[in-house]
Amino acid sequence: MPFDRLCEAMDAWAAANPGTPVEIQIGKGSYEPRHARWVRKLALPEYQARVAACDLFVAHCGMGSIISAIEAGKPILILPRLAELGEHNTDHQLATARHIGIRPGLHVAADVADLQARATALLAETGVAPAPISRFADPILTNRIRAFIEA
Amino acid sequence: MQKRVLAIASGGGHFIQLMRLSPAWDGHKVSIATVDPSSRALVGDVPFFTFRDVSRADWWRIPAAALDIARILLRVRPQVIITTGALPGLIAATLARPFGVKSLWVDSIANSEVLSGSGGQAGRVCSQVVTQWPHLAAGKVEHWGSVL
Repeated sequence: MPFDRLCEAMDAWAAANPGTPVEIQIGKGSYEPRHARWVRKLALPEYQARVAACDLFVAHCGMGSIISAIEAGKPILILPRLAELGEHNTDHQLATARHIGIRPGLHVAADVADLQARATALLAETGVAPAPISRFADPILTNRIRAFIEA
Repeated sequence: MQKRVLAIASGGGHFIQLMRLSPAWDGHKVSIATVDPSSRALVGDVPFFTFRDVSRADWWRIPAAALDIARILLRVRPQVIITTGALPGLIAATLARPFGVKSLWVDSIANSEVLSGSGGQAGRVCSQVVTQWPHLAAGKVEHWGSVL
């Protein structure tokens, strides 16, 4: 689903901060950035390489983005999609922000102005990064799934 | 005894969560199915399949997705299906159930306040449903841990 609010906000931020390279994956959005570099969709390996190489990852409040940032040990600044703006079918991203956004290294923005201010602040202090984690889920979970498979 | 396992998920966070579960099927004959062909680079040296995506928002794509998933089931002939959602995982479990295939629904960690729409339906189709949030465990829906 498109998320033009985020793309426009970070394009405006890129215009105000020409010394910082910004690249935006816009998906099926209709807003095409004029200041930042942009791409419709990166292949998954390239996407992961971009996250690993960046100083700050700015994304929607989706678990793919959040897990990718945590696995790469990169600070992530997140703007939840809102159902009332047609950005998702439900407001579960607000729930994710409440329950997951509290982890260290995750920074939840309230709105566009907050997002832009925090992008500047996080880059100035080179952001708090998430603690490194294993590539895999807790063995307690994967062992139970293994037991289910083998039962 | 090695089992034939189909691990299936939609794209984005669903697929990334599925990959974090991969130690669960180490040593078994696993096949991976998802929507994005570029995900192949992440799954290692196992059979990899893609299908046309569908969600409740574009339910009219169900026949195309179901056809692709049925073909994958015929190729893989799984004994066990593991899915992290979304709707395509439910379709796989539904199609395979009459053949005695066991299925596990791992509801996405994104569903932290209510079970997902498909996760709610999964209780009627899958052998087991688990949530990644302890406060959502109720009745047959169990909490076994989370991907994070």
